[in-house]
Amino acid sequence: MKYLDEFRDPQLAGRLFDDIRRITTRPWAIMEVCGGQTHAIIRNGIDQLLPDQIELIHGPGCPVCVTPLELIDKALAIAARPDVIFCSFGDMLRVPGSSKDLLKIKSEGGDIRIVYSPLDAVKIAQQCPRHQVVFFGIGFETTAPANAMAIIHAERLGLRNFSMLVSHVLVPPAICAIMDSPVSRVQGFLAAGHVCSVMGTHQYGPLAEQYHVPIVVTGFEPLDVLEGVRRTVAQLEAGRAELENAYARAVTAQGNLSAQQVLAEVFEVTDRTWRGIGRIPASGWRLSQRYRGFDAEERFNVSHIRTAESPLCRSGEVLQGLIKPNQCPAFGKECTPRMPLGATMVSSEGACAAYYQYGRFVHVT
Amino acid sequence: MLDFDGWVCPAPLRDYPNIVMGHGGGGKLSAELVENLFLPAFQSATLEQLGDSAVVEVGGVRLAFSTDSFVVRPLFFPGGNIGDLAVNGTVNDIAMSGAQPRYMSAGFILEEGMPIIQLAAIAQSMGAAARAAGVSLVTGDTKVVDRGHGDGVYISTSGFGVVPMGLHIGPGLARPGDVVIVSGDIGVHGMAILSVREGLEFGAPLTTDCAALNGLVAAMLACTQAIHVLRDPTRGGVASALNEIAAASRVGVRIVERNLPVPTAVRAACEILGLDPLYVANEGKLLAFVARDAAEVLLEAMRAHPLGRNAAIIGEAIADHPGMVVARTSIGGTRVVDTQVGEQLPRIC
Repeated sequence: MKYLDEFRDPQLAGRLFDDIRRITTRPWAIMEVCGGQTHAIIRNGIDQLLPDQIELIHGPGCPVCVTPLELIDKALAIAARPDVIFCSFGDMLRVPGSSKDLLKIKSEGGDIRIVYSPLDAVKIAQQCPRHQVVFFGIGFETTAPANAMAIIHAERLGLRNFSMLVSHVLVPPAICAIMDSPVSRVQGFLAAGHVCSVMGTHQYGPLAEQYHVPIVVTGFEPLDVLEGVRRTVAQLEAGRAELENAYARAVTAQGNLSAQQVLAEVFEVTDRTWRGIGRIPASGWRLSQRYRGFDAEERFNVSHIRTAESPLCRSGEVLQGLIKPNQCPAFGKECTPRMPLGATMVSSEGACAAYYQYGRFVHVT
Repeated sequence: MLDFDGWVCPAPLRDYPNIVMGHGGGGKLSAELVENLFLPAFQSATLEQLGDSAVVEVGGVRLAFSTDSFVVRPLFFPGGNIGDLAVNGTVNDIAMSGAQPRYMSAGFILEEGMPIIQLAAIAQSMGAAARAAGVSLVTGDTKVVDRGHGDGVYISTSGFGVVPMGLHIGPGLARPGDVVIVSGDIGVHGMAILSVREGLEFGAPLTTDCAALNGLVAAMLACTQAIHVLRDPTRGGVASALNEIAAASRVGVRIVERNLPVPTAVRAACEILGLDPLYVANEGKLLAFVARDAAEVLLEAMRAHPLGRNAAIIGEAIADHPGMVVARTSIGGTRVVDTQVGEQLPRIC
């Protein structure tokens, strides 16, 4: 298939593996920021084929995984209301709150619908004027423009029955939090290509300089990931710490300017709590003053809900790259995709789910 | 109130006290429902084989007997409707025992307000599908439920066929060394349904692969008797069917991702939605486990049949890691192909 097969070519992959092997003289720990990259790595077995000295640390870039338990509980409370149609992307449905998930709310009579775009939720709001339609607006800079468009669209249509439960998070503050952590082992970053296709790359140059860490903007196909690793290792081996773009077919330096304009209008920067990591200052977006009327948290008065995380779950350490999923004592025992303790086991982008589903808990010949 | 504690293995049922959609997804939740709720309640050694159809002996004749229910939405989709699906689904379940399907029943649960003209079109399709498969619809039933209590029509079909003397095909009969063949392109039906249900368009239109496979099975059996397992990978897809066979036969299965026949439109749709074609439903495909020395002639015979033109060898059964399915990835790594918990959920980004 055009634009996919070219980036999954086994011969070219073999050449990149050879290149990486040739230039690697020492152990290096590299974090892939995005959960989509984690899945590409595990699904294709890339980590098995890299030289032993290269360790890939799976970063916090899975929106489902870092959404705090408290917000899930708020979503569940809203979704259980008889007057609400709750719309969400599919993989949020199985994320456990403190006692239930959205699938369970649905089986108890909640009207919960999987949509493929927030604009579908706006359409439902038009079709069902007697219901309150709520969209679960989570994600990084990647999903934010479509959510912002949905808000603008709803306002233009004068929809009073549409709102959004917003918990957007941002990549650069997460990179700072990881690098500021005294226990961090990360020596280089594969930056999330799709985030950069929206925001551009200009935010990352100063970070590379400040922390003296190579940051390579990387895509999601096997060859993209390998090229990102190759360039990061080349920088590390040469003692360089620069911003590079290894995903030029999708990412430009300035990014998508019209998307950025919409984002600036609809959202404003706020502090966010990251599941398993904690509060990171100025690390997310909430609806701006002008659009605050669309905030589901205020409309349904769920701000009082407060929830603590499971003490058994060590997803925070996984998200920070301190342990591998299969080093968590609950992995594959108390915690499975069937009965997940934390979101990293649920989301299709979560590092624990990737390890479980693609078999990193057994030795396969 | 149900007494959960009296059950043989209550644990996996406890965390969902009510039925969730995943219980119908053909993954682990479906399997747990069958194993922990129905098997202990029904206590039948034949049922415990968990084949696509049950093989029972009546007066010295071995019958393959099967039932299936159809709740598809929309009722009409590109290339077919719930009627063809209901006939072919049961025909195929019977054919997976190597039997020629003979007689079928059809039960209809109709929703008040459903246009009769739609029901007539569905019935016509069922008649045509039955005639094409050489099976007779000989008994039936209709019930009507209040408006809002059904999606137009639900259909339940049962049927049986005669298993040829001396033929033993079943999910527990795969052996290490067997070659795994799939009869053609995978993932087509599921993505065709999804494309109309969600209003998604993928360039080339996808039409269902719904078809009766008994003719193909007859051609295969005429070519070799060394077929150990046949399975039609419907809901849960090829991955779930292979996992069931691996578990029932206590063998490992190794497939080669590159050799899977996945049409471009299915791949494209799956890429967009973040789905894996290995888990997407098929309605006109079968998996065969066959002795290695018969594999090439069987493949040739399958390719000579219109429903097996794109048949391909996709892997093998091995003695290592019994119960587990492993895929060699396109760039030469390996991954475990597990059964999904419930339904595949489209990804956020």
